[in-house]
Amino acid sequence: MKTVRTVYQLFFLALFFFLLYVATYDRLAGYPVRLFLDSDPLVAVGTILSTGALYRALWYGLPILVLTIFLGRFYCGWICPLGTLQDLVAVLRKVKVSRDIEINRYRPIFRLKYLVLVAFLTMALFGVLQIGLLDPIVLVTRAMTTSVLPAVDRGDSLVFLSPREFQLGWVAGSLLVAILIAAHLMPRLWCKLLCPLGALLGLCSRWSIFHIQRSADACDDCRLCAAHCQAGAEPDKRLRKSECMLLLNCLETCPTKAITFGPTRSGVLTVPGPDLSRRRLAGSVLAGLAAPLLLRSRASVVENPRPQLIRPPGSQPEPEFLARCIKCEECMHICPTNVLQPSMTEGGVEGFWTPVLKNTIGYCEVNCVLCGEVCPTGAIQRITLDQKQGRGEYAGKPIVLGTAFFDYGRCLPWAMNRPCVVCQEVCPTSPKAIKTDEVEVVENGRRIRLKRPRVEPSLCIGCGICEYACPVVDRRAVYVTSVGESRSKKNRMILEESPK
Amino acid sequence: MERREFLIQTAKASAAALAVTGVGAWLAHRAPQGRQAPYHIRDYSVSRDVLTKDFVVARGNDINEMVEAAVRAMGGMEKFVARGDRVLVKPNVGFDRPPALGATSSPEVVGAVVRLCLAAGAREVIVTDNPINSPNACFARSGIAQAVTEAGGRVYHLAERDFQETAVGGVAVGDFPVAAGILDRADRVIGIPTLKDHNLSGMSFAMKNWYGLLGRGRNRFHQNIHNVIADLAMMIRPTLVIGDATRILMRNGPTGGSPADVKPGGTILVSTDAVAIDAFGIELLARSAVDCPSIALAAARGIGSADPKALRYEEVTVA
Repeated sequence: MKTVRTVYQLFFLALFFFLLYVATYDRLAGYPVRLFLDSDPLVAVGTILSTGALYRALWYGLPILVLTIFLGRFYCGWICPLGTLQDLVAVLRKVKVSRDIEINRYRPIFRLKYLVLVAFLTMALFGVLQIGLLDPIVLVTRAMTTSVLPAVDRGDSLVFLSPREFQLGWVAGSLLVAILIAAHLMPRLWCKLLCPLGALLGLCSRWSIFHIQRSADACDDCRLCAAHCQAGAEPDKRLRKSECMLLLNCLETCPTKAITFGPTRSGVLTVPGPDLSRRRLAGSVLAGLAAPLLLRSRASVVENPRPQLIRPPGSQPEPEFLARCIKCEECMHICPTNVLQPSMTEGGVEGFWTPVLKNTIGYCEVNCVLCGEVCPTGAIQRITLDQKQGRGEYAGKPIVLGTAFFDYGRCLPWAMNRPCVVCQEVCPTSPKAIKTDEVEVVENGRRIRLKRPRVEPSLCIGCGICEYACPVVDRRAVYVTSVGESRSKKNRMILEESPK
Repeated sequence: MERREFLIQTAKASAAALAVTGVGAWLAHRAPQGRQAPYHIRDYSVSRDVLTKDFVVARGNDINEMVEAAVRAMGGMEKFVARGDRVLVKPNVGFDRPPALGATSSPEVVGAVVRLCLAAGAREVIVTDNPINSPNACFARSGIAQAVTEAGGRVYHLAERDFQETAVGGVAVGDFPVAAGILDRADRVIGIPTLKDHNLSGMSFAMKNWYGLLGRGRNRFHQNIHNVIADLAMMIRPTLVIGDATRILMRNGPTGGSPADVKPGGTILVSTDAVAIDAFGIELLARSAVDCPSIALAAARGIGSADPKALRYEEVTVA
């Protein structure tokens, strides 16, 4: 049985990496690249609480929840890529029965994950969605996208079409590395101690009809099962149903075949749920309640727009965006220009790791809507090219990300009387949002004719290619800020002409 | 210590010493010694003597026929491409734009040229550009990737490693990173520029098309753009230039963005002289040579002729 489980685990891990591999402009070709995120039950439950709805394919997570109610945490043991990665690390451990009984035993601190889950879900109820910080699928996707894969890719199109860089990508990668090191010291420590998805599934499996059980008559108390149970479920005593991950190591190692998997037999006692006292739960709820109060103020999210908080095309208004974004970084993975970056300070504490545009690294391609295509939660809405470019039924209303501004103290034709206007050349709108005025200046008695650029704000879509292409590379002479973004009614600057 | 043991120990130590010396010598050899000499681009042009014409204008509607007729009038593709040649084709694939917006060379023209090269016996036809937008997206959306593949050619995306410091030796450009590797492997170079408005240079066409072989840092070239464009015409002595004016981006160039910016042109220009193609192109753009100073600069430096009609000139019309 353990072999069967391992085969499933490796299959799902391979599938996970394959779907990451095909999530590029060239390879996309209809593959369900969001599959693991779409079928993540915690993403479903979290976004139901934060938005009151299920976006696109997020209902895929619900059958997994239902199946868990019958079978227990099969997802943790058989599907979860982070679980498999930890198991692969644990293979390197030396097995020593007496020591492993101690290492693998249940510890009361393992209830922490339930408290973390309750706190996260309470926040979600108030529109603060932070489950993605610790959700295993999100966490691995993020670490792979912003840290591991960019490090593996040497510019030979092995993973990405061109080499990638992500600001402070190593933070997400280090969390993954820390989890794997911990798994070497204590198998699946992450799952047992902190994983909020594991906690959600654990809460569901308290009712599971099928589970591991030990026949006291056949058992000779050798405790081999306790040494091999990497979930801390205590199969040698009363099974802790909420902890069991269906790894089936106990089943495999039991010399007297006293352990079986099936519907509850009479006389078999279990510990169905985690030992959560009301006091602890109340503390957790309070912590969850504090988060929206501490992290978010209306002033920071709505009233005082942040200039560097430039969201991808199709993004919801900021409060709705934050209620949906799980920080999985799929949008950054698929973005062909690398412009999407994990927010550090741009989006505030609450927006940490959410996508923002950094136009010094890339720019938003007018002919691309892939970020909205892969976003599993609709923080970035699915849009059409007509919608983005303002064509067809959206004529004259393109999606605007921000507005470009010139730093005339650094712009070559303005500050140094040198011709340039690369910004005007690359501006993709028609008519161009960067205009040039022809001037004649006299320098050392010599007449120089120059074209000096300026922005026509009613035409600028904030794509940032002017900033990207500006030759003043250290601090660009033209740059985009968020003012004028379509998604906000407050972050406005110019008086629009009234529609006739 | 026994003799046997002594001999074994000595042999091991000697082997180790040899290995260390060898690896050390190899590493020392690998280290760059002083400045690497910049790459020099070959002259890809063919002798005028074998050609029947210097400049051919084809007008019509059937793009494939126009390209074939114009090349035939020059003397036929066999005059330019020999059996077994590797041909590098450089269209303008600068932007992620559909063909109708006129920001990129027509896929039909590129496909026709690839077919002619292969029919003339070319071993391989490689089509490349270093676009402003993502290469994969530019080649796909412009329709050029599909046209090239269907015609039997191969699209090559330039990467950072393809660029090498190259001696341009121009008025404005000295040494600069150019796609040297791919040029070095080519026996022939054919440019397929497309006729476009350009705010700063006055026009983007044959000479400016070679921008797409330049590497990082080319955004500084706008500061002396007319001389840079003339330098590019000097840097690449092409086998052939096929000027695509089947549709013309009249304004808002070089990106375009609206079908309203594009005018049907119905014209293909073929010459070995990029300057002459530009001189003809500026009139198709309804401007004069003074609007595009690079033409006069290049002509004054003897790189080409600013008067195509003074060359062996022919016009053909395809029904």
